Amino acid sequence: MKRHLKLMIIGFMTGLLNGLFGAGGGTIIVPFMVFLLGIEDHKAHATAISIILPLTIFSSIIYIKSGIFDLPITLNVTLGSVIGGLLGASILNKVPIKYLRKIFGIIMIAASIRILFSK
Amino acid sequence: MKLFIIGFLSGIIGGMGIGGGTILIPCLTIFANIEQHMAQSVNLLSFVPTATIALLYHLKQKNVVLNIILNIILSGLIGSLIGSYISIYINSYMLKRLFAVFLFIMGIYEIISKQKIGEKQNEKTQNKKKIVKNLK
Repeated sequence: MKRHLKLMIIGFMTGLLNGLFGAGGGTIIVPFMVFLLGIEDHKAHATAISIILPLTIFSSIIYIKSGIFDLPITLNVTLGSVIGGLLGASILNKVPIKYLRKIFGIIMIAASIRILFSK
Repeated sequence: MKLFIIGFLSGIIGGMGIGGGTILIPCLTIFANIEQHMAQSVNLLSFVPTATIALLYHLKQKNVVLNIILNIILSGLIGSLIGSYISIYINSYMLKRLFAVFLFIMGIYEIISKQKIGEKQNEKTQNKKKIVKNLK
């Protein structure tokens, strides 16, 4: 019962943030699964996708129904991100992920500060 | 073309397992002047095709821990419903700032994170190289 409750809370929080910010569900749920549920890293990543995908589709439907949707922009970005995603996955073991993660962490912090101080 | 390039670059990062969407959204708002809600909508939708391909692959490889996902998905859908509607009813200015705080926390997480997904595979390839060397 306690485990069930834990799973429900993790799911709820992930869905809430993923819907609110339109991103980040995967980043939130992977450490939960690794540290709280003791699932191996690569399985946690795969399992995260199986959870985030239905949540993302559901949130997308709500956004579209509310008129927040632009087909040309979405198609352009999606085409780029599908090709980029395949490339990224294929070079995964040829690049020093450990350092890239830190570099992008810094970029994300810089971007967040820029947004906070913009108009 | 600009949009394609932004998608492509954040796709590479996402494909390597480093929060792709969390990077795509600020890129769209900063470099393409896209409104915050719209950028979030674009990110949600652009995730679907790539994730579907990845999921089919992982299901085939039996990497998905099926016995825990039903509970998480069900409560996750309730969270998604509430989160999406909160997002829609918040104005763009406010949402952008909330997102920035989220982005800041995510950035710190990426820096301190000890996930070994890429590194493990690096080790594997290095081991393979060692074995090949030894054989030679």
